[in-house]
Amino acid sequence: MSLLSVRDLTVKFAMRDHTVTALDNISFDLAKGERLGIVGESGAGKSITGFSLMNLLSRPGFIDAGKILFRGEDIVKMPQSRMRGIRGNRMAMIFQDPMVTLNPVLTIGQQMVETLMAHRTLSKAEAEQIAIVKLREVYIPSPEERLAQYPHELSGGMRQRIIIAIALLLDPELIIADEPTTALDVTIQADIMELLLELCQSNKVGLILITHDLGVVSQMTERTLVMYAGKIIEAGRTREIINDPQHPYTQGLINALPQQTKPGMRLKQIPGNMPSLTAIPPGCPFSPRCEYVRDHCRTTRPETVQYAHVEVACHEVSRLHQENTEEQPA
Amino acid sequence: MKDIVDDGPLLDLRQVKKRFDLDQGFLETIKWRKGRVIRERRSVHAVNNVSLKVDRGEALCVVGESGCGKSTVARLIAGLLKPNAGEIHYAGERIDDMSRRALIPLRKKMQMIFQNPYASLNSRMNIQQALEEPVRYHNPGYSRAEIRDKVAEVMTSVGVDPSWSARYPHEFSGGQRQRIAIARALTVDPEFIIADEPISALDVSIQAQVLNLMLEAKDQRGLTYLFITHDLSVVQHFGTRVAVLYLGSVCELADTATLFENPKHPYTRALLSAVPQLKDDKPNHIRLKGEIPTPINLPQGCPFASRCAYANDRCRMEQPRPVQQPDGSMVACHAVEENRMVD
Repeated sequence: MSLLSVRDLTVKFAMRDHTVTALDNISFDLAKGERLGIVGESGAGKSITGFSLMNLLSRPGFIDAGKILFRGEDIVKMPQSRMRGIRGNRMAMIFQDPMVTLNPVLTIGQQMVETLMAHRTLSKAEAEQIAIVKLREVYIPSPEERLAQYPHELSGGMRQRIIIAIALLLDPELIIADEPTTALDVTIQADIMELLLELCQSNKVGLILITHDLGVVSQMTERTLVMYAGKIIEAGRTREIINDPQHPYTQGLINALPQQTKPGMRLKQIPGNMPSLTAIPPGCPFSPRCEYVRDHCRTTRPETVQYAHVEVACHEVSRLHQENTEEQPA
Repeated sequence: MKDIVDDGPLLDLRQVKKRFDLDQGFLETIKWRKGRVIRERRSVHAVNNVSLKVDRGEALCVVGESGCGKSTVARLIAGLLKPNAGEIHYAGERIDDMSRRALIPLRKKMQMIFQNPYASLNSRMNIQQALEEPVRYHNPGYSRAEIRDKVAEVMTSVGVDPSWSARYPHEFSGGQRQRIAIARALTVDPEFIIADEPISALDVSIQAQVLNLMLEAKDQRGLTYLFITHDLSVVQHFGTRVAVLYLGSVCELADTATLFENPKHPYTRALLSAVPQLKDDKPNHIRLKGEIPTPINLPQGCPFASRCAYANDRCRMEQPRPVQQPDGSMVACHAVEENRMVD
């Protein structure tokens, strides 16, 4: 049985007189200890997916249909009281901005002890001991002293390590990390990612990594979902998606990276912008920007099909594949 | 000695320093130390003895992590800040000590593009007004029709339909807004553009659009760029030369190809190794010790010494000077100089 199984999840936002579909029928599974990347550009629905998994959607957003099975139990139907026992305990979330996640008026120690005591019967001294062990695991120097410090006394990289330590406090089975290093510098990002990878591997923790950075996904995850306008348009093993993407959007995203083009030459750009959720075109959401578009793409929604090694939602994937192989004979 | 205008570099920074005082008022400077009242003025040493030259037609990229002084360098060049020491020359003319009035003709030649297109466009001006303003200001002799033509020409060249000119910034997406910000810089036909993280706030597919636009403008208008970024893949694509900044000092300055093929400074190496690669399965990331020290109390010796694996006593005592290497790059590192770095 997989650790997490999302089935036909649809999330909508209620507007004054209509609703907007933010997540459209998404399904995926995560095995125990597996690392999954969710990539896409802003507005694709990556963060909404993360929030839905934690059952943290707040008005006007709501889950309209579908199931989120965590260890076989449906989170969508779960009462908040039961969910509170899972959230932060069995699954934890790491957010983008460590300064916003930590409470500025509580010390690091208070925040860690609070989390532990909310879920376990422990004395304060015992909780502090666990906190110190976890801080050491994330390579925080002199952890005993950190407990008495406030978040503003620490650097950004240090804060994000503390967030990771808090996420790991109760030995969760799943960590959802939403752009955990976007606010940090590259050298710090590399440290944090290495740490996260090491901890997930050694503790067999499942990881859902939400990011816009394909390089990060490529180094951190085993499987990847590519999202566009609230839909999963391509899913499969990370290596295969990076090396041989099937969906025109994924191809465009990878080809748009500067390292894919000779220095100084024109970059391969995807024309236009991602549609706003209020104006998603009928048919394939990518059709207005797609260079392989045919008439039926504009009218009929593509089904997700298995193609090559990946699952892809594109009408033209087989034609596209043929054309590409004809262009470059093996 | 006066440079000959056309032969010298377009921009020349000589030993530029900038510090920001933290304790400004008299009362703030009074401190209690070791049982005595003393006066002490702390300051952030944002830029320390930076020397850079930018030739015409070049795209010099300045890279570094947050707090390394890259934006301060941009603002010093644009004349938005005055250096505390050193000189800045533009086309052979010293500009850092000019009055605001004397700088006006220069601003027409030198334009700046900022990171956040949401903040750099006035939300209460429509696009036509926002783009007309600089044209009118710098070309008082232009007729209304000339101004309108200029604006339409620039809008077309950045791929924004001139018929949208009555719209306000909030009606555009981030990428379009950044195009408009670029258009605004181009309306006065500048020769030099300072771009401070112009694509960091944009999505990947939009980044490519904006970078292409900037490359086009470079070729068509013969622009010279100073491009500030933290994204090394963009540097590799866009820059002709790269200056790597750490704690306000230039640690390595080299041609882009040279720097990426053969980085020499230990910090440059660590920085390059930290970039997540698409196809590389086993990242060979050089882990740095600790974190960037604060620029308030700068270390006496090399600013990187506290995190450097090759640091010795000399590094901690004496600040390294930039030394020219056989391949033309300038590296400020004792370990490189003494050939101590053995791989």
